[in-house]
Amino acid sequence: MPVIAVVDYNMGNLRSVTQALQHVAPSHSTIDVTSTPEDIYAADYVVFPGQGAARDCMSELQKRDLIGAVKDAARSKPFLGICMGMQVLLDHSEENQGTDCMGFFKGEVKHFEGIIGRTDADGQRLKIPQMGWNRIDQTQDHPLWNGIESGSRFYFVHSYFVDPAEASLTAGTTDFGIKYTSALARDNVFAIQAHPEKSADDGLQLLRNFTQWDGQS
Amino acid sequence: MGLAKRIIPCLDVDNGRVVKGVNFVDIRDAGDPVEVAARYNREGADEITFLDITASSDDRATTVDMVEKIASQVFIPLTVGGGIRKLEDVRRMLNAGADKVAINTAAIHNPELVREATNYFGSQCIVVAIDAKKVSEEGEPDRWDIFTHGGRRDTGIDAVEWAIKMAEYGAGELLVTSMDRDGTKAGFNISLTKAITDAVNIPVIASGGVGNLQHLADGVTLGGADAVLAASIFHFSEYTVGEAKEYMAEQGIEVRV
Repeated sequence: MPVIAVVDYNMGNLRSVTQALQHVAPSHSTIDVTSTPEDIYAADYVVFPGQGAARDCMSELQKRDLIGAVKDAARSKPFLGICMGMQVLLDHSEENQGTDCMGFFKGEVKHFEGIIGRTDADGQRLKIPQMGWNRIDQTQDHPLWNGIESGSRFYFVHSYFVDPAEASLTAGTTDFGIKYTSALARDNVFAIQAHPEKSADDGLQLLRNFTQWDGQS
Repeated sequence: MGLAKRIIPCLDVDNGRVVKGVNFVDIRDAGDPVEVAARYNREGADEITFLDITASSDDRATTVDMVEKIASQVFIPLTVGGGIRKLEDVRRMLNAGADKVAINTAAIHNPELVREATNYFGSQCIVVAIDAKKVSEEGEPDRWDIFTHGGRRDTGIDAVEWAIKMAEYGAGELLVTSMDRDGTKAGFNISLTKAITDAVNIPVIASGGVGNLQHLADGVTLGGADAVLAASIFHFSEYTVGEAKEYMAEQGIEVRV
C-alpha cells in the first residue's frame, strides 16, 4: 500500500491538492497529510506544495524540523514540488529582501521585476502576479508529461520564478514577458510552478502520472 | 503567446443550491451545483464564480458544504462571493475549497477588511467586487459611482478611484460589474471597463450585460479586461463556454482551448 505524503507546514490550503490526489491516485494508495518528519521518511511518495512568501515558508519548515526530511525525500523517492514547494528547493529567493532557501538545486528565485506594466510580444499588458492559464512547453521527455501535450495550459498564480543554474534541470518553460523555467526535473524530483490541482484534466493527468511514477526520469 | 484571457461562468447560489434558471439539457437536477460546475468544467470554463445570495447568514453553512463538494470533484479555480463580511467568512470559504473570495459591500463599509484579508491569506485569493453605475450627466465626461443594494443606493464613491484604492489595499483582482448593463444583454459597459483596466495594474474581470459572444470579445479587445464573466448566456445553453472560446480565438484573442 503506497503512502503519498503531502507535506503540511502551514503554508496554504492543502485541501485542493489532497483531493486532486485522491481523485487520481491508485485505489490502494493512501494520502497522508502530515507535518512530522517521521511520516515523510516513511512515505513512498512525497508531495511538497506551498503558497505564500518564501521567508514564511522557510521559517515554518524550520519550526517543524522538516528540512532534513524533505531533502531526504528529494534524494530518495518520487518527489513533486508545487509552486512555492518548487521555489524553496533552490539556493536563494529575492523575496522578502532576500531569503536563503533549501539549496537542493543551485539557482536563484527571481521577481518578474522590470516587466510590470509592460506588454509582451502580442501587445498584452503584463500584470503581476501572473494569475491564470499559461502554456508549458516541455523541454525534455519525462514520465510526468505522459498524456499531456507540450504547450498545454496550466493554472499559475505567482510573482517569482525559478532560475536554475543548470539549464539541464529545466523540464518545461513558460512565456510571461520572459521565457522562464516553469517545470524542472532531475532523477526522482519533479517540480512545477503551476498548480496541477487546479489545472483541469492536464493537471490531474500530471498528478496521476506522479502517483504511478517509479522515480526514474 | 502568453496568459490566456479567462471565461468565467457565474452562478447564483441560495442555500447551497444553484438558482436562477440553469437549464442544461443533460442535467437531471438543474440546481445541483456539483453537476453544474462539472458541466462548465467539461465545457472548458477557466474558473467558476459562485455568488451566494442566501438571505440569512445562518444558512451560509450550506454554501460551505456546497463549496466542499464542488472542490472535491472539479479541479479548476473556484471563486465565492456574497455575504463576506469578516475575516472569518473568508477563512471559511477558503477552507471549504474556494480559491478566491470576493468581497463587495463589506469592503465599502470597512476597507481595512481587504487589507487584513490580503495580508493574512495573500492577494491572490482576494477579489474585490465593484458594482458601478453611471452618475455623470449627458455631455459630461463619464463618471461612475459604487452602488449597493442591487444598484439602488449610491455610496458617492467614485468607481475608478475606488478601484485604485482597492488595488493599493492589496486586492488581487477586481470584479467590475456595470449596474447599468447587468441583465440587459446589451454588452459590457466598455468605457467603465476601460477606465478601470487603464487605472490599475491588477487583473480586471468584466461583468454585467453579456448577451452574445461578440460582447465577450469586446470586453477583452475594447475594454482591456483580463477575464470576462457571464451568467445567463451560459445558463440557458444559448452558447457553451467552448463556443465562446472558439469565437474569441477567431478574433485573435488568446484563450485556453
